[in-house]
Amino acid sequence: MDIQQIPKQQRTDLVEKMAVKNLNAFFGKTQALINVNLSIPTQKVLAIIGPSGCGKSTFLRSLNRMHEVAGGTMTGTILLDGEDVYKSDPVVLRRRVGMVFQKANPFPTMSIFDNVAAGLRLNGVRDKHILEQVVEASLTKAALWDEVKDSLNKSGMSLSGGQQQRLCIARTLAIDPEVVLMDEPASALDPISTAKIEELIYELKKRYTIAIVTHNMQQAARVSDYTAFFYVGQLIEVDETKTMFTAPRQKKTEEYITGRFG
Amino acid sequence: MERRFEHELESLKTTLIRMGSIAEESFKLSVTAFLSEDIQLAQRIVDSDGRINALEIEIDNSVMDMLALQQPVASDLRLILSAQKISNDLERIGDHAVNIAQSALTIAKTKPKEPLLEIPKMSEIAGSMLRDVLDSFIHLSPELARSVLERDHLIDELNRSMTSEVIVLLQKDRKLIEGGLELIRVSRNLERIGDLATNIAEDVIFLTQARIIKHNVEDKLP
Repeated sequence: MDIQQIPKQQRTDLVEKMAVKNLNAFFGKTQALINVNLSIPTQKVLAIIGPSGCGKSTFLRSLNRMHEVAGGTMTGTILLDGEDVYKSDPVVLRRRVGMVFQKANPFPTMSIFDNVAAGLRLNGVRDKHILEQVVEASLTKAALWDEVKDSLNKSGMSLSGGQQQRLCIARTLAIDPEVVLMDEPASALDPISTAKIEELIYELKKRYTIAIVTHNMQQAARVSDYTAFFYVGQLIEVDETKTMFTAPRQKKTEEYITGRFG
Repeated sequence: MERRFEHELESLKTTLIRMGSIAEESFKLSVTAFLSEDIQLAQRIVDSDGRINALEIEIDNSVMDMLALQQPVASDLRLILSAQKISNDLERIGDHAVNIAQSALTIAKTKPKEPLLEIPKMSEIAGSMLRDVLDSFIHLSPELARSVLERDHLIDELNRSMTSEVIVLLQKDRKLIEGGLELIRVSRNLERIGDLATNIAEDVIFLTQARIIKHNVEDKLP
């Protein structure tokens, strides 16, 4: 999707937060993404769907250069507020573009409080008062504060699966990112925890730009403003979620979302 | 935990209630216009049909979005399906009210004046059916909905007798033919409004009790 192609009267509220241009990603000789062009509008939720192995997670991870950790390389350009992410320090980039993973991964030896404060401390914040304020604000934004406020010293691992995932979201929010990437954040959770995460995403987009990979199409339909369909490394179609799930333009998209393949 | 989807469902209900209110008002005014030969009122009704049509389109779009994006089940699904059918019936009630208003414009010009025969009584029954069925949706009352079903035969019988009564009228005075035809037309429109109120009652029973009552058959969802 190119924002410039959307009729002007529809894009008055759309500002491009990230832009992907001619992105090709590789793992060794294997090409995982083929010539992807996509915009991610500010303070909207972009869902990324597609069958297994289509390049969804590779695309997501390329946005904050996490694919490099797995030995991936890329050609093309990824811009954040118009700046090339490959010209940024990856650590600085990942502060601005945070990530929540499929399996909740609270730091096992840390308390709930220390889990959330970890990123701040790594960035040199020592003031106890500031740490307490930010931890409370982050846990509140992650809809977890009321459940843990009386047990902040307990281990992060003492929480349920759904709570641990919200703790990880709080940890990501604590360093005040601009973009939050979520790689199947609810796939390991029960339906009630999933519903809480989905409601949380709806609240978070008021402040953050969100990109979420999900293999659950119904989840994509429920939570996102825009949906991008990937297939065999290519971006097949991207549009407003309402349009994608009522009248997709591409036959392959229609076949995928109606369950005829994948 | 309140779902964001709750707001969308509430908004759908509110829009449907508003549509029902407009359809009911249009019906009452059209009957008043016909019975009192109020040409200006009749013309106003004819001119304002667009409001109901626009609401039907709004509801159609909401229903499609909710079905595609929210995967509703159980009572949520029944509400959404019922809402679409009820809005369709309300739109048609609006059309019949316009037809009655158009008959009012015609009959105002006819001379000599014909007696109204069963029209006042049919109007009263149709009006009560419409009022009660809308209340049954607002209060989710299957009992009130069933009471509407029980009245449909009354208006059907009066419609049937209208034709023979108009024939008797015309045998006495053939100059009443134009007015007589309008009486039959209005009678049919009132009978159709009764049928549409009955349809809505069936949808309310589906919504509240998950029972399908159509074509004189009652069936419970599996």
